[in-house]
Amino acid sequence: MSKATLHTFIAYVEDLPGVLNRVTSLLRRRNYNIISLTVGRTERPGVSRMTIVLEADDDGARRIEANLYKLVNVLWVENTAEAATMVRELALVKVRADANRRGEVMRLCDVFRARVVDVGPEALVAEITGTVDKIDGLVDVLRPFGIVEMVRTGVVAMVRSAEATADRVALGTRSTPPKDVRAA
Amino acid sequence: MSSSDSKRRTGAEIMWEVLEREGVGVVFGYPGGAIMPAYDAMLKYSIRHVLVRHEQGAAHMADGYARASGKVGVALATSGPGATNLVTGIATAMLDSVPMVCVTGQVSSKLIGSDAFQETDITGVTLPITKHNYLVTRVQDIAPMMREAFYVARSGRPGPVLVDITKDAQQASMDFVWDDTPVRLPGYRPEHHARPEDVKRAAEMIDRAERPIAFCGHGVIAAGGADLLRELIEKSEIPVASTLLGLGGFPASHPLSLGMMGMHGEAWVNRAIQESDLILALGMRFDDRVTGRLETYATRARKIHCELDPAEINKNVRVDLPLVGDVAETLRALLPAVSKNARPAWLARIHELKGDSAVRDIQSLPHSGRLFAAHVMHDLWRITEGRALVVTDVGQHQMWEAQYYKHDFPRKLITSGGLGTMGFALPAGIGAKLARPEEEVWVIVGDGGFQMTAAELSTCAQEGIKVHVAVINNGYLGMVRQWQQFFYEGRYAATPMRGPDFVKLAEAHGLTGIRVTERGQIRDAVAAARASKETVVIDFRVEQEDSVYPMVPAGADLGDMIRRPSPIVETAADD
Repeated sequence: MSKATLHTFIAYVEDLPGVLNRVTSLLRRRNYNIISLTVGRTERPGVSRMTIVLEADDDGARRIEANLYKLVNVLWVENTAEAATMVRELALVKVRADANRRGEVMRLCDVFRARVVDVGPEALVAEITGTVDKIDGLVDVLRPFGIVEMVRTGVVAMVRSAEATADRVALGTRSTPPKDVRAA
Repeated sequence: MSSSDSKRRTGAEIMWEVLEREGVGVVFGYPGGAIMPAYDAMLKYSIRHVLVRHEQGAAHMADGYARASGKVGVALATSGPGATNLVTGIATAMLDSVPMVCVTGQVSSKLIGSDAFQETDITGVTLPITKHNYLVTRVQDIAPMMREAFYVARSGRPGPVLVDITKDAQQASMDFVWDDTPVRLPGYRPEHHARPEDVKRAAEMIDRAERPIAFCGHGVIAAGGADLLRELIEKSEIPVASTLLGLGGFPASHPLSLGMMGMHGEAWVNRAIQESDLILALGMRFDDRVTGRLETYATRARKIHCELDPAEINKNVRVDLPLVGDVAETLRALLPAVSKNARPAWLARIHELKGDSAVRDIQSLPHSGRLFAAHVMHDLWRITEGRALVVTDVGQHQMWEAQYYKHDFPRKLITSGGLGTMGFALPAGIGAKLARPEEEVWVIVGDGGFQMTAAELSTCAQEGIKVHVAVINNGYLGMVRQWQQFFYEGRYAATPMRGPDFVKLAEAHGLTGIRVTERGQIRDAVAAARASKETVVIDFRVEQEDSVYPMVPAGADLGDMIRRPSPIVETAADD
């Protein structure tokens, strides 16, 4: 077995009640730990998109993909390791910054291209979008000032390609079940 | 539907119409509050309903029906406890890939989430143990979702599907038009086909192998591939080992049949696997009961895995070449690609591995009159000429049956393999009998497992269903007792079990009971059971502390087996 690494999956799923539960239940049942999972609407009505990050070895990652496909409501799955991919996360970081240290904190935010979106007498809130590493970097330099609270969205991922992901798999063209199955 | 020309239908009526159109002949169920509209509508339809004594029985009956017929089995239950009682049966069907549809009643849609009387989130409960499930809250969704349920249950790798229908959806009515366009599920891809270049490569690997071995799994039987397998095996002269659920997929009496592999497989089979240079695994999933310790499993063998479910590839054992697709279709493609072959050296080696095993075997011992479970299995096999449809429970008797009842035909052994569900045999046997009434059905069950679902004897009596029940009664939970003997220094914690008088129990149900205490009585008892018009229970009082040999301890090397002691204790007792 190869070493466990982080894998990022994109999954198109039918926008139906309980589908998120089915996906997470599958990953729990198969003993995978979810690092992050985001879900939201897509350009297509009735179709949601998930970005799932978890730790697995290469065989494990292939089986996750195969198992996700076995869920009736999962339309399409891609392991982004197999294509050039953009991965982004958004974080809001509330950091202690009174009048004396505000300038220093804001300069650091600037270096990381984080935006200061709220300022109070004792603290400010920085918004940052970027890779996981970039956000980790900002958090590291802000930690000495005192991080009051932080929220991260988990990553979203998109493959660099002129085609829409969904087009490549002819999403939405419903398959006709094979005749022998219907005849059974 | 005969009484009305109107197309106005209630949800309950629509449910039965779907069942009729799906070709369902019998439904196993138990009524209750939330499913009452469906039961009321049932009287208008010709589908047979079998009233069970516990919903677990309904699920196992549907399972047995499906395994015996290859069709989808159907169980019906009410909400809450009715639905949760199905759970063990659903999990059993899930692990053994059995096509089944369970329909449950649910509280009215307005009450969902309110902890109403007999409300259980059964779609939540069964999410990890179904292939798919549905909560139906609107009458117009009943037909499409039930049609999808049947399609999903039987296509691809089969499995159980649950449809939970709220009471108000059953009661509501609509103008109903049957939609017979094919079910459309955009994300569902049940079909896979092995690539021709991979089939070619597999054929080359088979041709080049010096010590190949083929594995016959449940998938061979499920795909209807038994005849194709035999053709391939004979052409390439490959010895065949079977999984428990694969027994019958290749004829046990065939000279190239080795028998069952794994934990209680024959020693020579496991040794042959360890010495093989190529494994052709067909429709099986390298369960831990089959492989033993993975690190030392068949290390010299290259492995070809023919399997319908891509998620099974490289799950337990890394394979060199996966052929993902229907096993029968893959066999059909392989057949012309494989060369005719003879492997005298390899077969001679396997013969050598058999060694003194047969001499050690209990069935070869001098006739002492005492009754061993192995005698019961062996004699039953002889008397029924290997033609009975046997349904076993779980434990020692299950392994003895697998070892001593030689199955030559597919779909003649039904057993709970993956989940190992005690209490499975009697209800599954009832389901099997209803699926194939022309078959002689033998339910073989331990005294422990029998007591879990023995209430279904009452179902046999009420429905006039005739199965033969062979209770292998040793007064212990025998398999656990055996493990306690081997691995827990003989401390018999909670394994001695005092059962009721099974003869009287049968009689209490208006059925016949027979007691057998000596080997010489087996033939007469079987003859009496066969002559009876109704279900007969035979209480076989077998040797109490016998063990199943050989045995690979859990997690041990496959070649590292505990063998039957020789000479056996019986010699002492014979003095």
